[in-house]
Amino acid sequence: MTHTSPSHADYNYTVVRQFAITTVIWGIIGMAVGVFIAAQLYWPQLNFDTPWLTFSRLRPLHTNAVIFAFGTSALFATSYYVVQRTCQTRLFSDKLASFTFWGWQAVILSAVVTLPLGYTTSKEYAELEWPIDILITIVWVAYAVNFFGTLIKRKTSHIYVANWFYGSFILVVAVLHLVNSAAIPLDWGKSYSIYGGATDAMVQWWYGHNAVGFLLTAGFLGMMYYFVPKQAERPVYSYRLSIVHFWALIALYIWAGPHHLHYTALPDWTQTVGMVMSVILFAPSWGGMINGIMTLSGAWHKLRTDPILRFLIVSLSFYGMSTFEGPMMAIKTVNALSHYTDWTVGHVHSGALGWVAMVSVGALYHMIPRLYGNTQMYSTKLINTHFWLATIGTVLYIVALWISGVMQGLMWSAVNADGTLTYSFVESLQASYPFYLMRTIGGVFFVAGMVIMLYNVIKTIKAPAGTLTDSQAL
Amino acid sequence: MSTFWSLWIIIGSLIVVFGCAWLLRMVLVDTMGEEGKEMPHSFDGIVEMNNPLPKWWTIMFAISIVWGLGYFALYGLANYAGPQQWQSANKHVYSLAESKAAVIAARDAGAVVQYDVEMDSADAVYGATYANYASKSVEELVKDPEAIKVGQRLFIQNCAQCHGSDARGQRGFPNLTDSDWLYGGSFDKIKESIMQGRVATGMMAWKDALGGDQGVEEVVTYVQSLSGRKVNAKMAAAGKAKFGLCMACHGTDGTGNEMMGAPNLTDKVWLYGGSKAAITDSVANGRTGVMPAWSEILGNDKVHVISAYVYSLSNK
Repeated sequence: MTHTSPSHADYNYTVVRQFAITTVIWGIIGMAVGVFIAAQLYWPQLNFDTPWLTFSRLRPLHTNAVIFAFGTSALFATSYYVVQRTCQTRLFSDKLASFTFWGWQAVILSAVVTLPLGYTTSKEYAELEWPIDILITIVWVAYAVNFFGTLIKRKTSHIYVANWFYGSFILVVAVLHLVNSAAIPLDWGKSYSIYGGATDAMVQWWYGHNAVGFLLTAGFLGMMYYFVPKQAERPVYSYRLSIVHFWALIALYIWAGPHHLHYTALPDWTQTVGMVMSVILFAPSWGGMINGIMTLSGAWHKLRTDPILRFLIVSLSFYGMSTFEGPMMAIKTVNALSHYTDWTVGHVHSGALGWVAMVSVGALYHMIPRLYGNTQMYSTKLINTHFWLATIGTVLYIVALWISGVMQGLMWSAVNADGTLTYSFVESLQASYPFYLMRTIGGVFFVAGMVIMLYNVIKTIKAPAGTLTDSQAL
Repeated sequence: MSTFWSLWIIIGSLIVVFGCAWLLRMVLVDTMGEEGKEMPHSFDGIVEMNNPLPKWWTIMFAISIVWGLGYFALYGLANYAGPQQWQSANKHVYSLAESKAAVIAARDAGAVVQYDVEMDSADAVYGATYANYASKSVEELVKDPEAIKVGQRLFIQNCAQCHGSDARGQRGFPNLTDSDWLYGGSFDKIKESIMQGRVATGMMAWKDALGGDQGVEEVVTYVQSLSGRKVNAKMAAAGKAKFGLCMACHGTDGTGNEMMGAPNLTDKVWLYGGSKAAITDSVANGRTGVMPAWSEILGNDKVHVISAYVYSLSNK
């Protein structure tokens, strides 16, 4: 089968450029808020007795900013780029593409204003109030129409595996958002969930865990499936592995939510299903890692010279680590130790920093010069610096919270010879203090890397087309 | 749960788990062309190899599927209870009596209830320690620092929520470290208070009986005078005339009655606050204090040790 390769002019790169740049900017903002609230846990006076600067208001701002502003912008940018290039056709609609960009920015800005003001549904990762939820729905439908419209008018016979993952992410996030955000409005700024009690908790964590599964896993696996073979210039390791791990992953993930509610009022069978599906999910999750890392077979030497590839491969290692850790923590016996401790927070960040952020950064470093008519970033040295800051920052962060999390779990369950609890809660908090400082430092490393990236991106964008090629890279 | 929903859950869950097994088998059986070669399609320069699934990964996936089915079989799914009739805790329990009945019912049915099992094993391990303490008199326990420490730990975990971790109480919850006792400060009385609880419903709202705000203020003024405060003598005299209503419980001299838990009004200890506003609120609107009964929750042995600790606070 032969295809004539479309030239750059035939693709809509405008929307890709817009989302790529906002990814970097929102990344810095969202992560900086994270560092600030991490510092508040160590120096509580940093809330300056100001309501909108308190941990309770800024924590949802941090999570929304990194998941929906940084992470989702990265998915918008790369999915629009990948779907065009692998379908060899322009986006279905330029107007819809532009609408999704400006609509999504409106959603993010609304979050930036309303969350510090204290408007919240109190549902984790779904805090935004109902008028913003409606805007999200409209933008998301436009995104789905544009993405699937592009798939339909593709000039290739098959649909590339990256697009399966992007497609499942877009579809399932739509369903999750609609079901979990269903609420009865009281006024413009307040609504109540239509579910009650244990049902509400179950729906919330069905949403919450699949935001992780479909947005932060499936979406970014789509990214991985394009940028790893592209940057490594190697074929994808196994087509059949991608089939089995894709279908198993999306079929199992949707059941895993109840593991967030072990030993609660949730019925036992629901917890059983959540735990069993989570454990079976381990192998399909690793399928993606194997396919990504084995794509490098025969090209391992490139890791020595190419920091972009290093970003991508290290992100897959963190992905493999957190998808081993997740099923393990879903086992009730382990969960009895880990639940409600900092271990959970550490686990999330090994996925969020190590996997999501690092694979996005690698993809952006590959994509941004190509969006501006070049093939290389302004400075490879700075990419390398960023790589080490990000890796050290992530390791500092997760090691700190592993230690404090496991320590908290052990302290909370320690009993004296008479069966009474050995430690009070405050004692476990005191013991965690040094690790809160260590995690803050890890966060500072990570944000510092992102600031260096912004500088490198600005320099790359400003460079005239065709001037940044292999030989000229600094 | 109705049979329909039970089947819905069981069938849905099994479709996914068996579906994974079927998917794995399909990809193992159908090699989709020659292994080790490129697939006949490419995307933006990306080609895919037709490499076999890693063997260790395939085995791991298969084991987890078998394990999952085994777990369902052992621990139940929807209305299928499994061979041990395992539950994390007894369900539909809304009172202590129902809870106790459920524990017995589960035991009779041979069901494994994880919470009950853990409580039983805790009793097996720690029960002897407490039985030993319970066999000793308060005089012995007070001299045993280890026993008092055990009592203090139990107090912190069960009593500190109301009485404070230092047992000094808070507004509405008595200070246990002084020598002022509503229901008596002997060891036996303290233990009785903890075992059976106390419900103080005697202080009703007196506003109407006293003829409105004026009457209340007069009585409050007199009550203030009892603990030696300087008050308007005329108001106090008018209040004294009305104090007859209060004497039934608080005594003719206002020193209270431990039989009824009526506080002594002549000392400087005020459970609900000693300001004029607070006393006015108590008299006009009444007070209801509740100390829960702990005999059914902690049992005699633990209460015995806690009582010794509380007793030791004011009997050093």
